[in-house]
Amino acid sequence: MLGKLNWDAIPFDQPIPFAASLVVLVVLGAVAAFTFWKGWWPYLWREWVTSVDHKRLGVMYALLALVMLVRGFIDALMMRSQQALAAGGAQGYLPPEHYDQIFSAHGTIMIFFVGMPFVIGLMNFVVPLQLGVRDVAFPVLNSVSFWLTASGALLVNVSLFVGEFAHTGWLVYPPLSEIAYSPGVGVDYYLWALQISGAGSLMTGINFTTTILKLRAPGMGYSRMPIFCWTALSSNLLIVAAFPILTATFAMLLLDRYLGFHFFTNDGGGNPMMYVNLIWAWGHPEVYILVLPAFGVFSEVIATFSSKPLFGYRSMAAATLGICMLSFMVWLHHFFTMGAGADVNAFFGVMTMIIAVPTGVKVFNWLFTLYGGRVRFAPPLLWTLGFMCTFVIGGMTGVLLAIPPADFVLHNSLFLVAHFHNVIIGGVLFGAFAGYMYWFPKAFGFTLHEGLGKATFWCWLVGFYLAFMPLYALGLMGATRRMQHYAETEWRPMMLVAMAGALVILAGIALLVLQLFVSIRDRAKRRDTTGDPWNGRTLEWSIPSPPPPWNFSVLPQVQGVDAYWNMKQAGQLAARQAPYETIHVPRNSAVGVALAFFTSIGGFALVWHIWWLAIVCFVGLLVAALSHGWIIDREMAISPEQLAALDRERST
Amino acid sequence: MSLAENVRAPGNEGEVPFSQRGPAPIETVASFGFWLFLLSDVVMFSGLFAAYSVLADRTAGGPDGLRLFDRSYVLLETACLLFSSFTCGLCTLAIERRSVAATYFWALITFILGAAFLGLELSEFLRMIGEGASPTRSAFLSAFFTLVGTHGLHVTLGLVWLMAMMAQVATLGFLPIVVRRLFCFTLFWHALDIVWIGVFTIVYLGARW
Repeated sequence: MLGKLNWDAIPFDQPIPFAASLVVLVVLGAVAAFTFWKGWWPYLWREWVTSVDHKRLGVMYALLALVMLVRGFIDALMMRSQQALAAGGAQGYLPPEHYDQIFSAHGTIMIFFVGMPFVIGLMNFVVPLQLGVRDVAFPVLNSVSFWLTASGALLVNVSLFVGEFAHTGWLVYPPLSEIAYSPGVGVDYYLWALQISGAGSLMTGINFTTTILKLRAPGMGYSRMPIFCWTALSSNLLIVAAFPILTATFAMLLLDRYLGFHFFTNDGGGNPMMYVNLIWAWGHPEVYILVLPAFGVFSEVIATFSSKPLFGYRSMAAATLGICMLSFMVWLHHFFTMGAGADVNAFFGVMTMIIAVPTGVKVFNWLFTLYGGRVRFAPPLLWTLGFMCTFVIGGMTGVLLAIPPADFVLHNSLFLVAHFHNVIIGGVLFGAFAGYMYWFPKAFGFTLHEGLGKATFWCWLVGFYLAFMPLYALGLMGATRRMQHYAETEWRPMMLVAMAGALVILAGIALLVLQLFVSIRDRAKRRDTTGDPWNGRTLEWSIPSPPPPWNFSVLPQVQGVDAYWNMKQAGQLAARQAPYETIHVPRNSAVGVALAFFTSIGGFALVWHIWWLAIVCFVGLLVAALSHGWIIDREMAISPEQLAALDRERST
Repeated sequence: MSLAENVRAPGNEGEVPFSQRGPAPIETVASFGFWLFLLSDVVMFSGLFAAYSVLADRTAGGPDGLRLFDRSYVLLETACLLFSSFTCGLCTLAIERRSVAATYFWALITFILGAAFLGLELSEFLRMIGEGASPTRSAFLSAFFTLVGTHGLHVTLGLVWLMAMMAQVATLGFLPIVVRRLFCFTLFWHALDIVWIGVFTIVYLGARW
């Protein structure tokens, strides 16, 4: 009746996951009870859960990312403290099978449920506003994407309470992840969670590529798009081209595990290295899916806070697209040690180094934008400057790793761990925070506390260097990644420094939460009535904060790069209001949350081999999707009179 | 660039570059999005094709393609599918004429041909499994059943979609949204043909190990 599920799945005997589960359940229950008691459920359902507004979805993505960041960071703290303790003969406090799950969950969560939702959330919020349009191409699909991502995140978290997570590392390499060596449910949780959220990401890719290529304000040709839209375009093209490979690869591993196929097994002619090739054919573009939009954020921030047009706009767009294409030609550098031979390794090594060229173009463009500018050191710019210093170091260690002979020494060492944290924290996460602090006033109509924002930044920056610079040195000294304990006691001092760095980052996260709390508490004082608190350059700053659901009452007429800046300079702001026309806004839809309901339960059923429930959920999915097809009345018309009245109401 | 040189001349669309003409109409947006989905689906298949190519000679001592495949049988299967694409095209013409009866008729023929294809494929699978050539036998057979089976799964979903679309025509008529979906369905159906041509070439004609 319940497949493999029984009471043994609940970790009564393991105090850490059990206590963590209880805490999470209590917090969730308290939030649910509090919102119910306040009578907020109908509001939440109407305005958030069933909303298809790209701005609301963007906010929900960012919230999901922040919550999962805390989860993933707790894993990081546990790993750092374990390695600070378990030197010499000591075993620390985490047994190997638990430690293995922690590093696997940490990587999975940080990439798929922090990096992806944060970046996609920023794109959701910003791209249609910058393009000067009223919504994305497929608003309901956008809601489906979000809810599928949330469904995947839920499954990963359920694995903490019921059963286990993968022990295999964040990319579940076979043959270790095959049923013969990982008979538990951990790998299945991983696979189903990522298949579900991956489907959501793919839909996002299709949606945003279509939006950027087909829906832009009149006058906004490609050479006038804000640079963030260029980077979003590249990122979404990569999603469309790379995520299906992930789906296919995971499907093959699932078939191996569930039906005894032989894609990646040791026996029956399977080929485990094919998995590694396929997964990195997705995995390397994924790096750029995350970091290109972050580059876009930095470009917007640096132009705005230097009060100058971005230096080298065209070279920036070209460099972005160059990286987009090159990212598909370097996947083998993740496993030079496979033994493909000197020719193959040399090709991929050279291609990898070539990526440093367009990236270098970008760095110089940012520097030249700052040069001679009237620079304002607000938090978004601090993140950007911190990124530029940090990312250059990460990029250079990347070029080091791109040299195959060096890679044979450094492969799977802490040097590698330091390198990719250097580019992902210094690039993606700093970019996400820069974007968060830059666009927050646009989303909510009040500004974030600046002092706390700066304090957050400094904690993250200092914490990052303390936590990861020792790892470079340790890697060169021979420390490998994923060690539950180690014999060499001389590594311990640097492990302790890394631990201290993690604690400084913890302070950074605490300050981030405090900043949000203080800013919300003082929101009446911090209200931004201009809609343009930073003296911005792009169209999102031309409308009120928060924007109305339809963004633009009248579509803007774009006449160059930095469309809003041009309008301000030309004094066209008062004159540009053309007469109102009837507009159409999409109605709410519950189909996204309905599909996610079935995928969550269905995924759980598949993990535990509860076949009847999986079939029920599949039928539910089909019925929900098909019945959505009969909802024809999907838009509400807003008449010119209503628009004018609402605009007057907002401006008073 | 100066502001004056790019001012839009009203009523003079020809002078505005294509990329500056503002949001595209919904028909364009919908079909463009669906084309992107089809491209992503092709990428998904390319992963399966790559896996098949790598594993095609990994028979683990079991039967190989040359022994298992019956090419004239597969040719019949192929004929069903390709002909269904032709009837699907006739269905498109009927939709453009807004002729309900002709739409139903050609959709029915398409459905029958698609179902015949599926039936032939399934019986081929059953025959192979009966001969001991099941997907668990070898990596080659795992890759074969997954690649061909995924295509078959797409055809199955296509048939469900076709039925749903006929129900939409029956209940909603040729609303613009229904016509858009019908158009997307025909694109999907033709794309499955293209994938099948890849399968026929690489899997069945390529079997010589």
